[in-house]
Amino acid sequence: MATTKKFMYLNRRSSFGTVYAIESLEVVLIAAAFEQDVSLAFIDDGVYQIVEGQNTDGIGMKNFSKTFHALGDYDINKLYVSKESLEERGLSESDIMPLVYEDEDDDWAEKSSIKVVSNDELKAIMSEQDVCLSF
Amino acid sequence: MKFAIQVNEGPYQHQASDTAFQFAKAAIENGHEIMRVFFYHDGVNNASSFTLPPQDDRHVVNNWASLDIKDADGNPELVVCVAAALRRGMLDESEATKNSIEGNNLHPAFRISGLGQLIEAGIQSDRLVVFGD
Repeated sequence: MATTKKFMYLNRRSSFGTVYAIESLEVVLIAAAFEQDVSLAFIDDGVYQIVEGQNTDGIGMKNFSKTFHALGDYDINKLYVSKESLEERGLSESDIMPLVYEDEDDDWAEKSSIKVVSNDELKAIMSEQDVCLSF
Repeated sequence: MKFAIQVNEGPYQHQASDTAFQFAKAAIENGHEIMRVFFYHDGVNNASSFTLPPQDDRHVVNNWASLDIKDADGNPELVVCVAAALRRGMLDESEATKNSIEGNNLHPAFRISGLGQLIEAGIQSDRLVVFGD
């Protein structure tokens, strides 16, 4: 399959409460095998999905937040986070998990996959996509 | 134009499936192609052959089946995500047998497959249209 398209996964909901977040991550992991140009966006309550220090002991749910650390190994290293969504929730970049990838074009230097952007910047990035999947 | 559709919500609870069906029907009537409809999240419940709405209501499952969306070999292109389906009790005969469960409820106009089918639809279609919250 030679076609490469730009796929963006929009994560708009928090990790628990509904199934959307984990089933979105399942799509992203499968999509990695298709060698497309993949990026993720975290907006609205979706920013909670990548907050550091999640603990699900009290609710009987699987803590899948650790899975986000694997994305870098699948060449998924463009994780856009809405600056406004963070601020509206009293969060900042320092509350987000340190998600990284190794840049093969830069002697495998470890780099951050997290890119905090304004909603205007995100709008421009979204308009460049071929496929936007919204969860 | 070649469309793919993703349906993320269940029938009767949410209008997404009805709207997606109306969109698909209108697209086909206007000469477009629906190459695949992919059912995910609670959307998998749109494929239940056990669905019995009251007689004065629309039949969401039969509506989908009536579109007769198939590939060139006659295989259904109403595709239900396997992981989402199994965890919600939506089984075809093969999955029921494999898991030693009596009975199965996947309508024959649908088939169960993996998430790769969604990504493939995104790659091969001109537009992937997502219905749901």
